[in-house]
Amino acid sequence: MSVITIERKVLAKNDEFAAQNRALFTKHKLFVINVVSSPGSGKTSLIEQTLKELAGALPVGVIEGDVQTDLDAQRVARYSVPVVQIVTNGGCHLEARLVQDALGSLDLSSLRMLIIENVGNLVCPSNYDLGEAMKVVVASTTEGDDKPLKYPAMFRNASVLILNKIDLVPYVNCDVKALRANALSINPSLTIFETSCTTGQGISQWCDWLRTRSTS
Amino acid sequence: MHELSIAYGIVDIVRQYVKGPELERVRSVRLKVGEHSGVVVDSLEFSYTAITADTELKESRLEIERIPFVIECRSCRKRSETERGVVVCPDCGSTETTVVSGTELQVLDIEISENGSEVQ
Repeated sequence: MSVITIERKVLAKNDEFAAQNRALFTKHKLFVINVVSSPGSGKTSLIEQTLKELAGALPVGVIEGDVQTDLDAQRVARYSVPVVQIVTNGGCHLEARLVQDALGSLDLSSLRMLIIENVGNLVCPSNYDLGEAMKVVVASTTEGDDKPLKYPAMFRNASVLILNKIDLVPYVNCDVKALRANALSINPSLTIFETSCTTGQGISQWCDWLRTRSTS
Repeated sequence: MHELSIAYGIVDIVRQYVKGPELERVRSVRLKVGEHSGVVVDSLEFSYTAITADTELKESRLEIERIPFVIECRSCRKRSETERGVVVCPDCGSTETTVVSGTELQVLDIEISENGSEVQ
């Protein structure tokens, strides 16, 4: 037997595309977030509220990832922002090369911020760097308070946690204090916002924070 | 189920390093997979077998080395294996910790039989 030593990350190819994307974002001084969560936590609603709040103040573009449809892109397009839909045709996550292809349809020089909505999935997207500045994980109160412990990789790789559907706390079995503690036990440096896309609670704090980050 | 795309990534790497008839003599591909790499080992092995079945790599298999999730505390300097990916130091309770291992997903090496007869 002979042995060829390789010692190479399996996802090295994805990381190369991600590095190219990141270089492009830096060149255009573009602040890019990769929004991840389980299906139905309210990613698209959060993006809609964010676009509403930032309208006129900050030019934002959106890349939507979906397994099958362009329904989310249709929702986002109502806010008169440039939006590109990536349909993965069954694929459970976005990869850096798919994002790179989508970037060709956007005029990056006219934007200051790019929001990438990943496929709803708390497992697979955590492995794939897309070139973003940070991952933003959305966890909704209806999912319960144990999600950070069940899907630690996603919470470890994120910089921001949005606790969405906070208005539903009185009606669901979710201890927000425990949810926060669970998330911080996996990733102590998480910045946490509590939001409701129905009442608008917390949206302005989240958007103020985004404004600061995208202009720094 | 991103194990399928990871399996394709592994095959791509093997094909970069091994060419032509030598591919049929690949016996094992050794991987380092962290406990918290987000990969289900059974699914990965299943995916690899499925996509190599009718190819030159059909005699090859994955040999997976699991790496435990270990953190090092920056306060008390102690290294600990923690469960569920928790990064709080079990000794002093500090959250000032660094992940030392357990998130790897790496191809270590490829084993090739010399004459093609050493089928395992």
